[in-house]
Amino acid sequence: MKRYSALSLATEGLRGHRGWTPAWRKARPNDGYDAIVVGGGGHGLATAYYLAKNHGICRVALLEKGWIGGGNTGRNTTAVRSNYFYPESVALYDLALRLYEDLSRDLNFNVMLSQRGMLIAAHTPMQMEICARIANAMQLNGVDGELMGAEEAVKRAPLLNQDPQARFKCMGGVWQQRAGVARHDAVAWGYARAASDMGVDIIENCTVTDLLVEGGRITGVETDMGTIRADRVGLAAAGATPGLAAMGDVRLPIHNYALQAFVSEPVKPMLDIVLLYLGTGTYVSQSDKGELVIGGGLDRVPTHGQRGNLPAQETVLSGLLEMFPAFAQLKLLRQWAGVVDVVPDSSPVIGPAGPEGLFLNCGWGTGGFKAIPAGGWLLAHLLATGAHHEISRPFDLDRFARGRLIDEAAGAGIAH
Amino acid sequence: MQVFTCPFCGPRDETEFHFAAEAGKERPQPAEETSDADWADYLYFNDAPRGPAREVWVHVTCGEFFLMTRDTVTRAVSEVAPLPGRGE
Amino acid sequence: MTGWRHDTAGSRIDRARTVSFTFDGAEMTGFAGDTPASALLASGTRVLGRSFKYHRPRGLWGMGGEEPNAIFDVTEDSVTTPNIRATTEPLREGMALHSVNTAPDAARDRAGVLDVFDRFLPAGFYYKTFMAPNWMRWEPMIRRMAGLGRLDPAQQPPADTPQVNGHCDLLIIGAGPAGLAAARAAARAGREVWLIDEADEIGGSLRWRGGEIDGGDWRDFAHDTKQAVTEAGGRILTGTTLWGAFDHGLFAAWERRADAPDRHWRIRARDTVLAAGAIERPMWFGNNDLPGIMSAEAALHYLELYGAVAGRRILLATANDASYPVAAALAGAGCTVTIADARATAPDPPEGATVLKDAPITRARGRPSVAAAEVAGRWIDADTILVSGGYTPSVHLHCQAGGKLDWNAAVDALVPRPGTSALNVAGAANGSFGLARALEEGHAAGGGTGTPPQAASGDLQLAAIRPDPAQPGRQWVDPQNDVTLKDVRIAEQEGYRSVEHLKRYTTLGMATDQGRSANFAGLAAMAALTGRSIPETGTTTYRPPFSPVPLGVIAGPRRGELFNAPRRLALEALHKAQTASFREYGGWLRPAVHGGGDETDLAQLEARTARETVGLYDASPLGKIEVIGPGAAELLDYCGYVRLSTLKPGRARYGFMLNETGIVHDDGVVFRLSADRFIVSASSSHAASVRMMLEEARQDVFAPDRSFIHDVTAGFVTLTVTGPRARDLLRAAGIPDTVCDDTTLPHMSVTETTWNNRALRVARVSFTGDRSYELTVAARDGPALHAALDTARAEVDGRWIGMEAVMILRAEKGFILVGKDTDGLTMPHDLGWTGPRDKRTDEYLGRRSLFTPEANREDRRQLVGLATTNDTPLPTGAHLVPPEGTRRSLGFVTSSYFSPTLNRPVALALLEGGRALAGRDIGVFHMGETTRARVCTTCALDPEWERLHA
Repeated sequence: MKRYSALSLATEGLRGHRGWTPAWRKARPNDGYDAIVVGGGGHGLATAYYLAKNHGICRVALLEKGWIGGGNTGRNTTAVRSNYFYPESVALYDLALRLYEDLSRDLNFNVMLSQRGMLIAAHTPMQMEICARIANAMQLNGVDGELMGAEEAVKRAPLLNQDPQARFKCMGGVWQQRAGVARHDAVAWGYARAASDMGVDIIENCTVTDLLVEGGRITGVETDMGTIRADRVGLAAAGATPGLAAMGDVRLPIHNYALQAFVSEPVKPMLDIVLLYLGTGTYVSQSDKGELVIGGGLDRVPTHGQRGNLPAQETVLSGLLEMFPAFAQLKLLRQWAGVVDVVPDSSPVIGPAGPEGLFLNCGWGTGGFKAIPAGGWLLAHLLATGAHHEISRPFDLDRFARGRLIDEAAGAGIAH
Repeated sequence: MQVFTCPFCGPRDETEFHFAAEAGKERPQPAEETSDADWADYLYFNDAPRGPAREVWVHVTCGEFFLMTRDTVTRAVSEVAPLPGRGE
Repeated sequence: MTGWRHDTAGSRIDRARTVSFTFDGAEMTGFAGDTPASALLASGTRVLGRSFKYHRPRGLWGMGGEEPNAIFDVTEDSVTTPNIRATTEPLREGMALHSVNTAPDAARDRAGVLDVFDRFLPAGFYYKTFMAPNWMRWEPMIRRMAGLGRLDPAQQPPADTPQVNGHCDLLIIGAGPAGLAAARAAARAGREVWLIDEADEIGGSLRWRGGEIDGGDWRDFAHDTKQAVTEAGGRILTGTTLWGAFDHGLFAAWERRADAPDRHWRIRARDTVLAAGAIERPMWFGNNDLPGIMSAEAALHYLELYGAVAGRRILLATANDASYPVAAALAGAGCTVTIADARATAPDPPEGATVLKDAPITRARGRPSVAAAEVAGRWIDADTILVSGGYTPSVHLHCQAGGKLDWNAAVDALVPRPGTSALNVAGAANGSFGLARALEEGHAAGGGTGTPPQAASGDLQLAAIRPDPAQPGRQWVDPQNDVTLKDVRIAEQEGYRSVEHLKRYTTLGMATDQGRSANFAGLAAMAALTGRSIPETGTTTYRPPFSPVPLGVIAGPRRGELFNAPRRLALEALHKAQTASFREYGGWLRPAVHGGGDETDLAQLEARTARETVGLYDASPLGKIEVIGPGAAELLDYCGYVRLSTLKPGRARYGFMLNETGIVHDDGVVFRLSADRFIVSASSSHAASVRMMLEEARQDVFAPDRSFIHDVTAGFVTLTVTGPRARDLLRAAGIPDTVCDDTTLPHMSVTETTWNNRALRVARVSFTGDRSYELTVAARDGPALHAALDTARAEVDGRWIGMEAVMILRAEKGFILVGKDTDGLTMPHDLGWTGPRDKRTDEYLGRRSLFTPEANREDRRQLVGLATTNDTPLPTGAHLVPPEGTRRSLGFVTSSYFSPTLNRPVALALLEGGRALAGRDIGVFHMGETTRARVCTTCALDPEWERLHA
């Protein structure tokens, strides 16, 4: 692997950039591997990387039906944060954030982590109470959360609607300084490059058509490139996971929905933080390129189609303009949708699927990107050891029968 | 904007409807004879089919629940019908 | 300075009316009817902006949404709007145009020096560096350099865009020849046609290409069509961008209006014709981004519509016959025109022009604007290079609607695969070039029978032009995002070969022109580099919007109260007259406190008064869901945690409704008015969902015809009278003792009576712990009831109280607010309501969930009260932690107030295993500080419940 640095960039610049090599090898499948990871998004690629790096398991096939990073990894609004309520969630998302903090150097690929800070903004006294509940929960769990007042919030985001009559006038909220954004594609590519360098076969355009289960054990997968054997298989395919799991007679507590994202035309810097507004459900940041990156609620019709519709667009964009009336000067440049796999408690499913050797990492819903390093780390742990890491244990599929849901929205009182 | 057809009111915008559940789920009861796993399966687990799906929806405006068959990828609706025993 | 204004040409401009404007501070003039682009072109201004990365000088390329360079911040009346495309905006008097991303201006941009370092800034350079010490160190600098225009912080455009639903028989997108023919055919058959075009007049390319249809001028044909459409009840929407195709046949269109707010159309049509035409491709040669290199089609457009001529000494590089009329027109206008045709066999040159055959263009030079072109190895002086690399059909909406594409080698383009979308594609959008074929296809698409409109034109003859990555020199494929062929080569070399990877790695096609000219080049270059065909290489997904649309147009008027309309009390005006200040509670606007001054003080005063004499408040938002019929009791038994079939008529009972997951969804009182008639008094924010849960059970679990559910919340006004003198107040208001004495109306009962000949329902329930009466009348009788109670209020020294005081009163008694004092894990036994869970043997909603291993745990978070010796209430949202040892969250404070009656704070909290901890101390953690409180019962005031009957 050719190392990336200012020096290598300069050297290559002088040589016409003829020396760069493929970021990841275009592999074809072998007959057998120590482990197979299905799904070439961030979670799958990170799993492959950590299998090799943390556990020395390098004979790994990563199977992607399209091109890597083409699902929700490449379709999200790039926020990373660990401003969660339950200790279980904080442990999970803060593991991810800590790994993100060192990821560019670890992967030798700049994932452009920008810890510019994020505000969960409130507009009623009751929401401020909820924000206090979240901020205290974060502090108790050793995460940098603080309660921010209206004045400070406006200082961080001066274009916030300050009309005294505004319906959703910002009263302040929960601030996390370590939160921010990262470059989503770079996360996928960086993991792919580093994993490939350690021997992982990244196989694109390879569709899994069946899971091979013999005597209650997974023995491999059937694909349109032939049979691939391994006695450990991890599924990390977001909205496609229920279909894959069904091939092994595993049912999941997942509904799929379309989540839209929006990008405006680029302008010079005018919003320096990430902002989620409880009153309208809209969240927004400004990309390094100058575009506003905007998201909000789901399209409420369950679907596997990567398309959004007008009602959710109107809600999200009117919510945005309610927060920032000046943004009405801007134009919508792009709009798209990803299919998110939503679990009833909106927390992920990480753990054994049923057949021995088959493991799941799915159900991230709208929040998968920020968790990529942790999701990969934990699924790799499961694949390598056959047992839970203590951080993934609470997210096992068995929590539904036990009745121990980890419902962040309800816990934080937001959706209730 | 999708248009769904309430069997009682006719075609309406998607915003008037709520998805209720996948069709065909039987509530296991009584509680005493239902295992934790069976109850969880009823409450939380589903097929989330890619393609044709049979679902229970409610037209919030009139409050009527009904069955809808639609494709979860193309979003084409092929059939709507009242719940069994309803609307005759 | 090379562009100029022709003396006579220009169908769009009014030479009698000059328009003054400035560009980068320089004063200029144009004519009414100009666009900023045409006026600047005619003025001879060449450098209109700078490129994104290298800050290369850039000039005008195109004539519409495909324009990548001519983007300005526009100031009018001291309001600036960023990123206005000069090609699609009308020129207005006094406009100040500022080039974007330049300093001090486009011509003298200081960052132009960056171009020297281009070799160190290839595609994705930022992925390979800026890692030490971390990205945050470098990001501010990169951010400052990025971005186009500047947002005007002072500008807050009004939310005034109407959202209009439209329906028609036939929607036609594009009013060029194919669209016109379709419209005429359909309108003549009596169909209601909507004809939509981005330009502010119909005609499409006919407007600059001209043409004879059925032996007459095209304008006559267009006029006939317009008339036919109007007569058949149709509509012509010009200046309207159809920007998105959505599910179930919905189209969204943005209509620009000069003297009224823009409109956002949501259109459904029985049939849709896509006749969006095609966009000219650029060519790829060294320095193909220099100012003065322009689309040939655009040059003709500017000449014919605005009399703006691109240059004087023109080289026209092409490989298709469609460029020859362009050469003819420019030669006719007095330009020296040399055609450099890449084909070996080319047509004869038009009069006044010369043609070089087998003469591909390989390089251009000039500084800052083009001065010469290298053609077939020879440099030719030229002040302007017009290029035509073929045409790309505008298939966006076909693809947005799910359509697939096929490669058509004859026209060298991807064209819609028939039958793959609901759109009927016609004309150039279909790859069917030439006027005759456009008319023929349009006529058929409009359902026309018989002979289509006739025109004399053949098919377009062309040779494929491809980017050649092997060629030397910097060749731009995406001028706005500064992506060159070298970048595509690097991407290929590094394995970013999928078109989506290519796009994302190089940013090719992601500029504000939506990749209209870039995408094909990127695709073709990647195909060439990988030795694959273009269809094998694939295309990126086409997504809305077709052209950038203002956010405000999509958002529409849904701002403020219209974002999600709060519900209003019928008596709002009367409460305002009582000096109430309003706030949203559970989606309702309700009085928070009354009078002026500090809100906390007012709430204290109101709460104290309610305990001392009487408080009145508007409880109308409480849900009033009638459940009627022989099956009503069994339905409510099933839906409720507490059994209701045992309730006697005239009585009320408090209970919960659970989800199937066992979580408390709502609490409230149910009244039984008669054997088969109940009223479920759901909490105000849950009334709608409670109704749906009842409906679901009624329809899915029970015989639906045995009960009927009717939410009548909005039809009634409920005023609550609470306090030791509540009964005195009722008496003074003329409600007879016979109705509300303690024998006929004991606590938890209800009666229906009349008052001044009006139906009145009196319920004896209490949310405060004091003697309380809920008086309910039809909404129309609300004012009368309000007036009577208000008059009586004075006699007992009572007060109107707001929700802030009600919150204090209910917290003193430990009455919960679901969603505040409970969360998404709270089960009824966590609140101390264990009876039904222990005793009921029949099925009810959520029953099984109350017995999962988790539900059976002893250390569940339970509702408790907290007492503190401090005078200051505990902060709501503070967490409870062990008083000693390792700090972890055991729960949190859910409600906390100062009680004016007890003269100390009261609080409710959810606490792990809390009930067993009564009397013990607990840590209270808030923002790094830990204090102490004592766990106690939830009911802080009057635990003997004597006040209820006082």
